[in-house]
Amino acid sequence: MAEDLKPRRITRRDLLRSAGAAGAAAAVGVPGLPAAAEVSPAIAAEQTTRSDALAREAYEHLTADEAELLEAIADHLIPADEHGPGAVDVRAVRYIDRALGGALSDSLDAYRTGLAAFDRYCRSSRGESFMELSPTDRISALIDVETGAATGAGAGFVGSSAGFFGMVRGHVLQGTFGDPYYGGNANFAGWDLIGYPGVRTAVTENDQRRLEADELPPYRRSAYDWGEFEKASVSAARKGHRHGD
Amino acid sequence: MATRLPGTDVVIVGLGAAGGVAALPLAEAGVSVVGLEAGSRLTRKDFAPDELRNNLRAWPFVVQKTQREIPTARPNRSSTATQTAVHPMMNGVGGTTLHYWAQSWRLNPWDFKVVSETRRRYGASRIPEGSTVEDWPFGYEELEPYYDRVEHEIGVSGQAGNINGEIDRRGNPFEGPRKREYPMEPLRWTGFIERMADTAQGLGWDPFPGPAAVNTRTYQDRSACMYHGFCNRGGCHVDAKNSTAVTTIPRAEATGNLKVVPHAHVITIDADRDGRVSGVTYLQGGEEFFQPAKFVLVASYTYENVRLLLRSASRAYPIGLSNNHAQVGRHYLSHHQGASVSALFPFDLKAWYGLPAQGVAVDNWADDNFDHTDLDFVGGGNLWVYSDRRPIGAAAMNTFGRAPTWGSAWKAFIAENADRSNTSYIQKTTLPYESNYLDLDPVVTDPLGHPVIRITAEYKENELTVAEFMQDKMEQWYREAGAVEIIRSGLGRTMGVTTHAYGGTRMGDNPETNVVNRFGISHEVPNLAVVGASVMGTSGAHNPTLTAQALSWRTAEHIVDHWSSLAE
Repeated sequence: MAEDLKPRRITRRDLLRSAGAAGAAAAVGVPGLPAAAEVSPAIAAEQTTRSDALAREAYEHLTADEAELLEAIADHLIPADEHGPGAVDVRAVRYIDRALGGALSDSLDAYRTGLAAFDRYCRSSRGESFMELSPTDRISALIDVETGAATGAGAGFVGSSAGFFGMVRGHVLQGTFGDPYYGGNANFAGWDLIGYPGVRTAVTENDQRRLEADELPPYRRSAYDWGEFEKASVSAARKGHRHGD
Repeated sequence: MATRLPGTDVVIVGLGAAGGVAALPLAEAGVSVVGLEAGSRLTRKDFAPDELRNNLRAWPFVVQKTQREIPTARPNRSSTATQTAVHPMMNGVGGTTLHYWAQSWRLNPWDFKVVSETRRRYGASRIPEGSTVEDWPFGYEELEPYYDRVEHEIGVSGQAGNINGEIDRRGNPFEGPRKREYPMEPLRWTGFIERMADTAQGLGWDPFPGPAAVNTRTYQDRSACMYHGFCNRGGCHVDAKNSTAVTTIPRAEATGNLKVVPHAHVITIDADRDGRVSGVTYLQGGEEFFQPAKFVLVASYTYENVRLLLRSASRAYPIGLSNNHAQVGRHYLSHHQGASVSALFPFDLKAWYGLPAQGVAVDNWADDNFDHTDLDFVGGGNLWVYSDRRPIGAAAMNTFGRAPTWGSAWKAFIAENADRSNTSYIQKTTLPYESNYLDLDPVVTDPLGHPVIRITAEYKENELTVAEFMQDKMEQWYREAGAVEIIRSGLGRTMGVTTHAYGGTRMGDNPETNVVNRFGISHEVPNLAVVGASVMGTSGAHNPTLTAQALSWRTAEHIVDHWSSLAE
């Protein structure tokens, strides 16, 4: 597990400096993408600090190389920008790694083969690993995977590459916008981004009125901060659990 | 060899929406009942407001029997049936009423007389070719007292639109006459729902709040709804959702006449040579038990009702129990709820809280509520705008072609629009057809090696025409209310696994075309009854649960009233 301790700061910083999707996507002509959004120095500094702490924490189910690549992909899906922290900073990849030992254990193989195929695809189509590609090439490689264009290129995607992309995006959303109980959505940043006013166990007519008047302060609690609910365990949904028969 | 248990008067297979209701009139009449349920007992502590667990993982965390026997589906005989990943129904004491949306509609009078009313108004040729639709063996009036009874026994909130023929414009002016008000006021509306209601009124339509098996005040000592937003696929943490687990089942248990057996996986219903059923065989904890009973009430979901009958072949019933007329599995239909319409508004809808049973309905285009003379279809749909939003689902929203699906531009889009979209699925008239049916899959089995159900069914011309007509109406409504973008999903084709599955053991007077009689008793097996939407021959434009429950109460009452001739 020694490689898990390998710092990944360089990659992260590199990605942040490139300001990810926006500028590069504009270069490859993705419709609807506006010009590059500048990351303010304050945000960038904060991200870098948090990344230092994250980088010291070992992954449990992904290898260091897999985790590094998945972080890089997640950072493109939900980058840190003026709208707030990105997927990596809110621990979405940590969420995935942890769930791959439990509720998402059926997806572990799909991550292994998909990440390896993505790496091969980047090398065979663009001559370098994803990390080494220019921002423009990173975006275009991801678009190939998203649209299924990377399928059948000899990279080894099982089924369509779009299936791999959809799985990763779905889990990144879960790790960014899900209940922090499961290890993602750190500091409720996902909920802040979309203006979710928070998990409550009661919403009175007056609460709804205040919400509609923009006067309801956001509530930042996990469902399991209320003592009344049986806590779900990460591995509880693993298959093979016996039933009445 | 199965362990033979002491006998009982009635054994109910499945304690969900229908079986959970039937248990009460039986137990109250002094009939001894054993209720076999494949799932567990779940209570408030199991119902955390947790989107990840409820909506994206297999809630609740016990492995569900339904998930191991997911039906396969194909549009027609010439295609190959495939199995989907998830079964939308759950096992548990209370069944899917634990996590359903709790919309508790009555059918409209027209739904009981589709054939005769269509002939009368538009001529016989208007009934689509190949359809096996029949009038129900009775009209709405026959079921009204049972609707009324169940609404009050479980607790339904809503606004009456027709009390003994007197129309109240606050409610649904098209509903059949009811004898009294709902036991509770309707669920409250949000500002956006008010806006949609005002818009509908401006269009000359008749908006009204939908009925729900959800408390709006303390009812039978249970709390009012807390509107916290986790009702969709979530159980209620304050027991305000009136599942059978907190209403009819505990009351039946309190009589001392209902014994609930959880984790009981029924594998066959056993018949004697003389054609009577003797009881059921089930597995529990890996052991096999035989529960003898004088009367068997099959009360699983539509797919399992059909599968159990088809799998329970015997000398007297060589191709399946109660199937000597080869009608088990026929006249299958799944409510066409697809062909949804989504809208993007230029303002926040403030829809983060509330529940999908909380909303505004329009029935002007449902059933035969409008003149079809110049149209080329039968039936229509119910328009329904409701409140249902949680963060992961909101972030995964359709970007309406205004942004990519990832990156900074996407992030900016959802930061602005996560609370600005609304989607309306539309429940539409769906007819049964000769070529739409259920049978046993020749290849796919559950872990016990028993074949799963195979659905061979597709939406036909009539359903697709209705779908397009209704999408026009929904789009008009959204646009009039200020929507800036609209997405209409495809009209649909294959009838996949669904929460609104009807037929397969249809109810009717003619034994050549129906499995059960007008009381839900088998035409062939004197001491066997079937309850649930599998007995319904038409869908109407509204959710099936309340109708299945009213029918179930009526069947149970009939069994009690005719006990000596049916069971002894």
